[in-house]
Amino acid sequence: MKALMFGWEFPPHILGGLGTASYGLTKGMAMQPDMDITFVIPKPRGDEDQSFLKIIGACNTPVVWRDVYWDYVSERLSKYMDPQEYYNMRDHIYADFSYMHTNDLGCIEFSGRYPDNLLEEINNYSIMAGVIARTHDYDIIHSHDWLTYPAGIHAKNILGKPLVIHVHATDFDRSRGNVNPQVYQMEKNGMDHADHIICVSNLTRQTVIEKYYQDPAKVTTVHNAVEPLSPEILAINTEKGIKDKVVTFLGRITMQKGPEYFVEAAARVLERAKHIQFVMAGSGDMMERMLYLAAEKGISDRFHFTGFLKGKQVYEMLKRSDVYVMPSVSEPFGISPLEAMQCSIPTIISKQSGCAEILDKAVKVDYWDVDAMADAIYSICTYDAMADFLSKEGKAEVDNIKWEYAGQKVRDIYNNLCK
Amino acid sequence: MKNICFYFQIHQPHRLKRYRFFNIGGDHYYYDDFANEDFIQRVAEVSFVPANRLMLEMIKEYNGKFKAAFSISGVALDQMEIYAPEVIDGFKELADTGCVEFLSETQGHSLASLIDPEGFKKQVKEHDDKIESLFGQRPRIFRNTELIYSDDIAELVYDMGFAGMITPGAKRTLGWKSPNYVYKSAVQPKLKLLMRNPRFSDDIATRFSNYSWSEYPLTADKFINWIAATPKEEQVINLFMNYEALGNFQKKSSGIFDFMRALPRFAAEKNIGFATPSEVLNMLKPVDSISSMHPISWVGEERDISAWLGNTLQQEAFHKLYEVAERVGMSQSRRLLQDWNYLQSSDHFYYMGTKHDLPFSPYSSPYEAFNTYMNVLSDFKERVDAEFPSSIENEELNALLTTIHNQADEIDRLEDKIKKLEAKTKVSAPKATDEHAITPATIKEKKSAPAKKESKAKDVATVKAEDKVEPVTKVKTEPDKAIPMAKKATAKPAIKAKTESKPKATEKKPAPATKVKTKNK
Repeated sequence: MKALMFGWEFPPHILGGLGTASYGLTKGMAMQPDMDITFVIPKPRGDEDQSFLKIIGACNTPVVWRDVYWDYVSERLSKYMDPQEYYNMRDHIYADFSYMHTNDLGCIEFSGRYPDNLLEEINNYSIMAGVIARTHDYDIIHSHDWLTYPAGIHAKNILGKPLVIHVHATDFDRSRGNVNPQVYQMEKNGMDHADHIICVSNLTRQTVIEKYYQDPAKVTTVHNAVEPLSPEILAINTEKGIKDKVVTFLGRITMQKGPEYFVEAAARVLERAKHIQFVMAGSGDMMERMLYLAAEKGISDRFHFTGFLKGKQVYEMLKRSDVYVMPSVSEPFGISPLEAMQCSIPTIISKQSGCAEILDKAVKVDYWDVDAMADAIYSICTYDAMADFLSKEGKAEVDNIKWEYAGQKVRDIYNNLCK
Repeated sequence: MKNICFYFQIHQPHRLKRYRFFNIGGDHYYYDDFANEDFIQRVAEVSFVPANRLMLEMIKEYNGKFKAAFSISGVALDQMEIYAPEVIDGFKELADTGCVEFLSETQGHSLASLIDPEGFKKQVKEHDDKIESLFGQRPRIFRNTELIYSDDIAELVYDMGFAGMITPGAKRTLGWKSPNYVYKSAVQPKLKLLMRNPRFSDDIATRFSNYSWSEYPLTADKFINWIAATPKEEQVINLFMNYEALGNFQKKSSGIFDFMRALPRFAAEKNIGFATPSEVLNMLKPVDSISSMHPISWVGEERDISAWLGNTLQQEAFHKLYEVAERVGMSQSRRLLQDWNYLQSSDHFYYMGTKHDLPFSPYSSPYEAFNTYMNVLSDFKERVDAEFPSSIENEELNALLTTIHNQADEIDRLEDKIKKLEAKTKVSAPKATDEHAITPATIKEKKSAPAKKESKAKDVATVKAEDKVEPVTKVKTEPDKAIPMAKKATAKPAIKAKTESKPKATEKKPAPATKVKTKNK
């Protein structure tokens, strides 16, 4: 079965959980022997792992015919893909886009991030999707998140094959209810055109059904999973300089992640316990407010900010922690608690996060219940049995959540649609 | 003739209220009164009250041919006395018929038998006293919490003078043997054992209203036929279950009450009688001995104690609790002892289980159960510590407590000495030096001041001692020995006065105790 997937991020260059999930899912699905995946992203960097799928960069897909030599194309693109592929696609340019700004290869430039002209980039992405869809035949089209829905719909119209859209988040999660109408419109349009909708949690599924008015029969939950830690990460050995317990918040400091509840809970814990330090790792638009809030509560001496962490730093931070807290107000899935548990870190998550649906060996509290959160933090830092239990059992639990199983569920959906 | 031996268990724990870590040290009340009241009243209404009525009617209807035994935990009794006294009245009525036997267990429905033999014996005695005062009969048969049984426990139980014990009919210990006989303990052959018949018990207790059960619906007729069909040599069928099976687990609408009511009639047709555990033990001789190195219970597929002590959370909480067992045992504070009892209930540990779903747990997760319990325990330990500082070793503390305990006698003795001295000085007044003359007066002055303070503190012993100042006994003592004695007598009350004036201590007695000791050093 040949699947054409549209995504926006792919490791190692990722900005959020979408890239991690795309990687894990495709890798899990690639374990099925007859699965052939082509994954389109706006801008590959050349160091992506292509051992189990084929990556096509939107920025390397010609939409305007240019007369270029093999040697030149090979020099420019062989880092990213087979040069022959360029010529194949060039043969399938379907309209005159010469009015657009293109480069010497006739390709549109993409940033591959979330720039200010995001809507324009989404539109361009959908234009080049037409070329890719015409070049090869596929059995199914799979779009990851709203940015790629228009491309998915376009490809569906050309190929006449079923479209599956994968909802990693909705705008209701990102905005705590203040939905951007343009985004909503794009999301809703994608869902309406989809033959099947995959959600990363029942929480998201509910939103899709209630807020986007989708037929429940068409919406299935496939929970995310987590990749086993690489030996490189396992080898990280951090020595704790301080005797104090470290409680960590790790993620974007934005409204969706509920950082203020973490600060509140910290203040409550520090009222009673002096052997605990708090760390807020990450960056985001609410960081400054959190700095002030911590100062206001008079806990700045025990409440630290690390700024943005990347790659290995994330795991170094995790491994230095004694408790990981994710107080998200609305989290479609939330993969980071699973990563913390892989590092044997006792984890507290909000009941409003999708991963709470599949995790048992983590403490679950309501994000607004700062008393309960404080109590759980105190308990893990004070009662060793609690920390030991969550650390051991948590790791055992999360080691059994595999992308392979998630991939099989997605495959079942494909099979149903292609019957 | 076959006999059916019914035994019903009644237990409700004191559920803990939401107790956060910031309550530690400030809030010493741990229980969710609302939930507890609500629970016990609800169960009383649907189950205990109608079931009691049914039992009474059955006993009357069959002229005492129907018999049953009850095991009511002390914590359940405490709650029923407050929230559902009508249930207790029902049991009293049943007790008056003489067809009902009450069994012994621990006051707090505790797991003390596994870890704290001394405390265990104390709790059993406490429970039996309570049963005797309520129902006028002292239990002869022992039933451990959740039927937990092991060889070690058998020894303990026998030591306490029980004739028999109820045990779970676990396959692990019984093997191919049938539970329908009386057995004896392998380590204490004089202790007889009654085995729960798991199949027939669960037919009523769990499967009765299960539509998907192939034998549904279960009728009294069919049930008695099954029992009659067991081999002739098997003389006793032990049906042990939770009393809530009647009316709560099996709702009234399932017909459980009618089923029960019809049992004696069909039983009589098949010549099957009813007996209490004591009667069974009198009637039948043990056929074999049973040994169980490891504790077994009646819960779960495994029939072991993993439902309460299966994971590390449960074990930690359990061991942390019993760390202070010896300390608490020395305390006289009623509130502390009561909390100690309530906190030992096995249910608290059950709620921390992670193996299965816990339908009866008041908590949303085992972690919440653990948090709450550990927070409460921290506060409890602080209170124990306030009473007996942990810096003092247990032996030393024991010695101190003995001193306190005997202080009334000691004071009496010293008072006597004073009086003798007074008598002596009166006689020898003309001869006495100035120093000698002043001493008795100073004694009296110094003595009266602290005595008043102590009487304020309701120290009965001192009050008694004060009363005894008046009568004068004339006994002759040597003058040279009398003086140092008198000095010692003055020294002691002075210290007392000092400690009393310090407002630090919450519990009255122990604080001075340590002071006395340190001063003596």
